[in-house]
Amino acid sequence: MLVSGVERWEGYSGFLLEMIRAAGAEIGDEVVVERPDGSRFRGLLMFKGELSAENVLVLKLSNGYNIGVAVDPSCRIERVAAGRRPAFTRPPPPPQKSGLPRVKVIGTGGTIASRVDYRTGAVRPAISSEDLVSLVPELSELALIDAEVLFSLYSEDFTVREWEAIAERVKRVIEDGFDGVVLTHGTDTMHYTAAALSFTLQNPPVPIVLVGSQRSSDRPSSDAAFNLMGAVWVAARAPFGEVVVAMHAWHSDEAVAVHRGTRVVKMHTSSRDAFKSVNATPLAILSGGSLKMLDSDYHARGGDGFVYAPGFSDRAALVKFYPGMGPEVLEYLADRGFRGVVIEGTGLGHVARRWIPVIKRLTESGFFVGMASQCRFGRVNMRVYNTGRDLLNAGVVELDDMLAEVALVKLMWALRRTSSLEELARLMLTPVAREVGSRTLPQGVGGV
Amino acid sequence: MSYEELGLKVGLEIHRQLDTRHKLFCKCSTSPPAQEGPKLRVVRYLRETQSELGEVDQAAHFESKRMRRIVYEYDPASACLVELDEEPPHPINTEAVRIALTAALMMRAKPVDEIHVMRKIVIDGSNTSGFQRTCMVALGGEIVVDGHPVPIQTITLEEDAARIVRAEAEEVVYDLSRLGIPLIEVSTGPVLYTPSMAAKAAEAIGRILRATRGVKRGLGTVRQDLNISIRGSGLMEVKGVQELELIPRVIEYEARRLKHLLDLVERLRERGVKPEAVEAQPIVDLTEVFRESGSRVIRRKISEGGVVLGLRLPGFAGLLRGEGDVRLGRELSEYAKAWGGVEGIFHSDELPGYGIGEDEVREARRLLGAGEADAFVLVAGREARAREALEAVRMRAAQACTQVPDETRAALPDGTTVYMRPRPGSARMYPETDIPPFRVSREVLEEIERNLPPPLEKVAEELVKRYRLSSQLAWELIDSEMVEEFERVVGLGVAPSVVASVLTEGLKQLRREGYRVENISPNHIYDYFKLVSLGVTAKESALQVLAEIAKDPSLTAEQAVDRLGLRAPPIEEVNAFIEELVSSVPPSERKSATGRLMGELMRKYRGRVDGGLLNKLLMERLRAE
Repeated sequence: MLVSGVERWEGYSGFLLEMIRAAGAEIGDEVVVERPDGSRFRGLLMFKGELSAENVLVLKLSNGYNIGVAVDPSCRIERVAAGRRPAFTRPPPPPQKSGLPRVKVIGTGGTIASRVDYRTGAVRPAISSEDLVSLVPELSELALIDAEVLFSLYSEDFTVREWEAIAERVKRVIEDGFDGVVLTHGTDTMHYTAAALSFTLQNPPVPIVLVGSQRSSDRPSSDAAFNLMGAVWVAARAPFGEVVVAMHAWHSDEAVAVHRGTRVVKMHTSSRDAFKSVNATPLAILSGGSLKMLDSDYHARGGDGFVYAPGFSDRAALVKFYPGMGPEVLEYLADRGFRGVVIEGTGLGHVARRWIPVIKRLTESGFFVGMASQCRFGRVNMRVYNTGRDLLNAGVVELDDMLAEVALVKLMWALRRTSSLEELARLMLTPVAREVGSRTLPQGVGGV
Repeated sequence: MSYEELGLKVGLEIHRQLDTRHKLFCKCSTSPPAQEGPKLRVVRYLRETQSELGEVDQAAHFESKRMRRIVYEYDPASACLVELDEEPPHPINTEAVRIALTAALMMRAKPVDEIHVMRKIVIDGSNTSGFQRTCMVALGGEIVVDGHPVPIQTITLEEDAARIVRAEAEEVVYDLSRLGIPLIEVSTGPVLYTPSMAAKAAEAIGRILRATRGVKRGLGTVRQDLNISIRGSGLMEVKGVQELELIPRVIEYEARRLKHLLDLVERLRERGVKPEAVEAQPIVDLTEVFRESGSRVIRRKISEGGVVLGLRLPGFAGLLRGEGDVRLGRELSEYAKAWGGVEGIFHSDELPGYGIGEDEVREARRLLGAGEADAFVLVAGREARAREALEAVRMRAAQACTQVPDETRAALPDGTTVYMRPRPGSARMYPETDIPPFRVSREVLEEIERNLPPPLEKVAEELVKRYRLSSQLAWELIDSEMVEEFERVVGLGVAPSVVASVLTEGLKQLRREGYRVENISPNHIYDYFKLVSLGVTAKESALQVLAEIAKDPSLTAEQAVDRLGLRAPPIEEVNAFIEELVSSVPPSERKSATGRLMGELMRKYRGRVDGGLLNKLLMERLRAE
C-alpha cells in the first residue's frame, strides 16, 4: 500500500533518502547497511523522528531495539527482504448487549485517541472511537455504544467553528433519542469546549460528557480506558442532564470526578488529575461503580427547558494584566475589530490606573470590558479599593465568580445575541449554565 | 551425559545498577533517602497494547489476562511525578550514558551512532508506565575468559523496575524508590557451553563493570539472567540469579530438567500420544465427587464456594511423577499457578494421597473417562480461576508431546527455577517518543577512550607493586570492592598490609561471627584509622571497634573507641609503667627479660597503644641503662 512519497519518507532526506530509494527499500523492509570500516548492521528500516540527525538511518534489530546508524555516501544499503509496514490492527469489537442505555461516543481528537506518530516521533490523534470501544471492551457492559469520529484535531487547534460543529452534532444526537453523549476531546482546551457547549445546549435532557486522557491510549498505563468507562457510565446512567467533564479525580485509577462544564479548568500540565472544579465542588464523584452527587441542585435527566442557542463570535479576547503592562493592547484589539475583552486583572479585579482613561474611551464607543481575576479562586469585587471603583465608573463590568476562560466563551456567545453594552452586561451576569452568581465556599468543602 | 553431548548453550544477561547522582529519566536521587518518609499510595491498572508492528506481545497478553490491582507505595523523597507516570520523562541522564559507553569501550563493543530509547512492554506492574525504558548503547564486543574469547552481543542501558513488596492473587504492591535507577545490561551470545564457564564469564563481566567505578555495589545492585537451552529444547530465560555461586547450580538444574522433559517427549511419542488428543479433553466439574473428600484443602475450597475441576491427560500415566526434583507434575502445577492464580494441582501419579482416598480417585477416573494408561489433574478453587488453571495445564501437557517450549522462569535461592510466563518477543518494543535520540559523537567517544579506567587486573598489579601487598590480598580487596576505601585510609599513613587485612579478612571474620557488617560505613572505617594514625587508639583494636559500630551504627568511630575503653593513655603514663616494670627487674637480668617485659606491656595496653610504639619505648628505656 503506497502512501504519497513525501509522507512515507518523512524523517529521511537528502543523500540518505536517495540511497534508500536506490536500494528500493520501503519502511519495514529488512535492510543491511555496510560501512567502509567493515561494520555491518541488519534490521528493519524504521520511520524516524525529527530530532534524529540527518545522516542517521534508524534500524529495528531482531531483538526489537531501534538504533541509529550513521551513514555516508561511501556506505552500502541493501534491501534483503520485504517487511511489514507498522500498522494498527483493531481487535474485533465485543458483541453488543441489548437492553442497555444507548450512548453516542463522538471523537474529536486528543491524546485519548492518539498513537505514536512515526513521522514526527510524537503522539498524534489517530485511533477512531470504534477503535477505542474495541480496545475497551468493558464499555459494552455499560451501554449500547454507537461511535463516530466528527474530526480528529489537537484541541489547541480548535476554533469557535469546532464548538459550533460539535454543538450542532450533539443536538441532533439528542433528537435521535440517545440516553447520553460522550465527547472524546484533547485535554488542553476541553474546558473551553465544555463552557461553549454549556451555553449552546442549555438544560439538555441527557448528560453530555467530555472526556480526555493525559497519557496516550497506546500506553498500558493510559488513563483513557478508565476515564472513558467513567464517562460512558455517567452518560448512560447519571441522574442529571448537564454538560460535564469526567476525568481522574486523583492519581489513582479509583475515582472519576464529574465537573460542571462552566466550573472546570485544567490545572496541571501532565498529571491525570489535571482537571479541577474552581469556585465550586465537582458535581459528582464516580467510584466503585456508584455515583455520588456532591451537589443536589442539578438539572434532572429528562427535565424540561432544553434550549439550543448556537453561534459564537470570535471578536472577543482574553487579556492577562501584568505589572507595568500598558493599555495599548486594548486599543489594538478595538482597532482590529474586536468587540470586547475579558481582562484577567489582579486580586479583586484591578489593572494599572493609567488604563482607566483608555477603558473609558473604549466603553463609550461600545467596546465591552469585563473583569475576572487571575487569582483563579474567589470572586472579583471592585468596590473595595479606589482603582476598582474608578474602573467601574469607566464602564468595566465585574464578572463576579466567573472563571476568566468561561467569561471569554460566554462573551463570544453573547456577542452573537446583542450588540448593546447594557444588554451584554445583563447577559454576562445572568446565569445560563450555573457559571456565575453562586455561593463561594472554602475550596474543598463538600468536594474532594 | 556430558554437557557437550546435551548440547548445552548458555547466554548471560548481567544487570547492574549505575552509581549516578540522578535516575535515568528524572532528577530523583539513586540513593535511598537517609530517613524513610511517609509512604503514599496510588492504585493503578494496566492494559495490554499493540506494538509498533501491530502485534500483541505474548508475555504482555499473559499479564493482562490477570488484570490485577496494582498498588504503588512511594516516598516523595525518592520518587517524583515521573516515576508515578504523571510527567513525561526528562532527557536521558548523560552521566549514565557515559558510564555505559565506558563499559562498552572496555569490552571493545561498538557504540551505536544514535541512541534510541525504546519502550519494552512489561505490564506486571513493575513499571508504572506499563513499559520499561531501555536503549541499545553498543553492539558486538568481546571479553577474554580463561584465555578464551567470549563475544558480547549487546550493551543496553535501561531503567530499573519498581521493587515488589508483596503479590497476592488480586493485588500486587510495589515500592517506587528503585524505579528509574539506571541499569546497564551486558549480554553475551549463547556461547557458554558449561556451567563453570558461564560463572567465570559472569565474574569477568562483573569485574569490568566494577572497573568503570560507575556502578553501585552491594546486595540488590546486581541481577543475572541466564538464557539456557539444550539441543532440541526451547530457550529458557531464567531471571534474577542474585549470587555468582548460584549460576552453575541453576544451569545444572535446568540442563537436568530440560533433558527430562525432552525424554518425556520421546516417551509420549512412543506411546502414540498426540497433542490434539490432549487439546480435545474437556474440563469436567467433579465437585460432587469431592464434597466429602478426605482432603481438608479441597473441603475448605468447596465450602468457600469453590469447585473441583478435572482434566484427563490421555496416555500420561506414570509420566508426571518424574525423577527427583524434575517432574512434569511440577511443571503443570507451575502453569496452573501462573495462569490461574490457584494454589496448586493434584495429579493422579501422586494419588491416592493428600487425604484423597481410593474411592474418590476411582470415581474421578470414571467421570473423566480416564483408563489405566491415562493420568488426570485436579484443581480446587473458584470456578473461573480453576478453569483458567486447567486450560493452562492442558496447553502445557499438549506441548509436552512435541516440544519443550520457550519460557521465562525465575531462579529460586535453592538453585531450582520456577515458571513465570511465556517468553516475550520483540513485539513488545516500540519507540519512546517522549525522549529525543541521543547522538554519540566521535569527540565524546575519543575522550572516553583516552580516559578509560584500568582493568582490574591492572589495578591488582598496581596494588601489589605500590603497597607491597600479596597478589591474593590485592584481589581480595578488589573482590570485596574495597580498593577505594583502602587507598583513602593508606593515605593517612597507616601500614597498607594492616589496612588491607582489616578490610578483607577482618570484615569477613566479623560477618562470620554474625555482625551486621553492612552497618559499617566507609566513613566509619576512615575515621577509625585516622584515630589510629593520630595515636588515639591502636590498630589492634580494629575488629573490636568495628564490631561495636556494626552493633550500633549511630556511634562515631571515636565514640566506639571510648565506649570500649580503648583510648590510649597519655604517653607519660605509659612511660611511668615501663619505669615501674623495668625497675622491678635487677639491672643484670634486664636484657634477657625483654620478651617478658614486652608481654606485660601488651597485656596492659593491647588495643590501646600500638605494639610497635610500646616496643620502641621499652627499648629506649633499656638502652638508657
